[in-house]
Amino acid sequence: MAEFALPKHSKIVKGIDYPINSEAENTKKINVYRWSPDDDENPRIDSYTIDLDHCGPMVLDALIKIKQEIDSSLTFRRSCREGICGSCSMNIDGTNTLACLKSIDDVKGDINIYPLPHMEVIKDLVPDLSKAYEQLTSVKPWLQSKSDPEKGKSRKQSPKEREKIDGLWECVLCFSCSTSCPSYWWNGDKYLGPAVLLQAYRWIADSRDENTEQRLEELEDSFKLYRCHTIMNCTKTCPKGLNPAKAIGEIKKLQLERR
Amino acid sequence: MQSKSHGVVHWKLQRISAIAMIPLIIWFVSSLVFSLINGYDQSINWLQSPLNATGMVLLFGTLYFHAASGLQVVVEDYVHNEGLKIMSLILIKLLSVLLGVLSILCVLKIYL
Repeated sequence: MAEFALPKHSKIVKGIDYPINSEAENTKKINVYRWSPDDDENPRIDSYTIDLDHCGPMVLDALIKIKQEIDSSLTFRRSCREGICGSCSMNIDGTNTLACLKSIDDVKGDINIYPLPHMEVIKDLVPDLSKAYEQLTSVKPWLQSKSDPEKGKSRKQSPKEREKIDGLWECVLCFSCSTSCPSYWWNGDKYLGPAVLLQAYRWIADSRDENTEQRLEELEDSFKLYRCHTIMNCTKTCPKGLNPAKAIGEIKKLQLERR
Repeated sequence: MQSKSHGVVHWKLQRISAIAMIPLIIWFVSSLVFSLINGYDQSINWLQSPLNATGMVLLFGTLYFHAASGLQVVVEDYVHNEGLKIMSLILIKLLSVLLGVLSILCVLKIYL
């Protein structure tokens, strides 16, 4: 049956409190999910109080400050710090987002940080995304065409055709949307999830791609596509302001048209 | 249960039955309010009109079909034990056919 409670070993306990030593006035308490595969402990919440007058404006800045100054064992993914690489996706203040795009000032009270929901955790804030990447590969997210472009020329696309992939190509594959989707939580092994379906539609909508029919055929499956029940969490949470629910709706529309 | 074609067909039929239910339910509820609360004899009279009997047969048909396809989605979503899942899906189909046929026969019995 469905699982409604966490397994015993996943129950979260209270962790270590790191109070601030200096007499800073502008402080913020940051509660972070910690779990390590190296010991047999349950996950815990560690609390770090930091001086905001000596910290950058974003949540990622706070995490980097904690790692550098308080606790170097804190583990998280990060790279570009400007919302392009999609590495630092995590659950902040109850919403999946990119730590580098989330302003500390936007969170009232303590900041609670967890890894992306319902994924296996590798360590601390690092979720195992290998299954999601496999699903991404399954939709062949690259240009497929039988014809060759004119010799020495690139494939042509009118500005109107190009417009159709606006709101799709911007996706940075942070998987904030997929991991916010209840359908993906319950059936993530079979349902592709909003991030992958948006990528699939990005190539279906691309006028240069010649494999549209085959792409649609492969998505016509009660689990891969139709587990989407338009819950809309994906669109609500997307840190890039994209609309995966609409992309999925477009795929469903095309499925109707080809019948 | 998870055949390839089941995706779009199931999705389409679920939506068509949902849309069909809107006028049918509005008609049924207003009939309840205006005609069917005035006692047994009048209700029997009401059901003996061909239009009303047709409406009731359509309503029951759509209702049980829509309920069965909705419950099927719920079971597919939440029941992950393969055996239990197939059992529940079969049970839902059987029960909805049983109740649907029973309801329609009741309408016909009064009408005929």
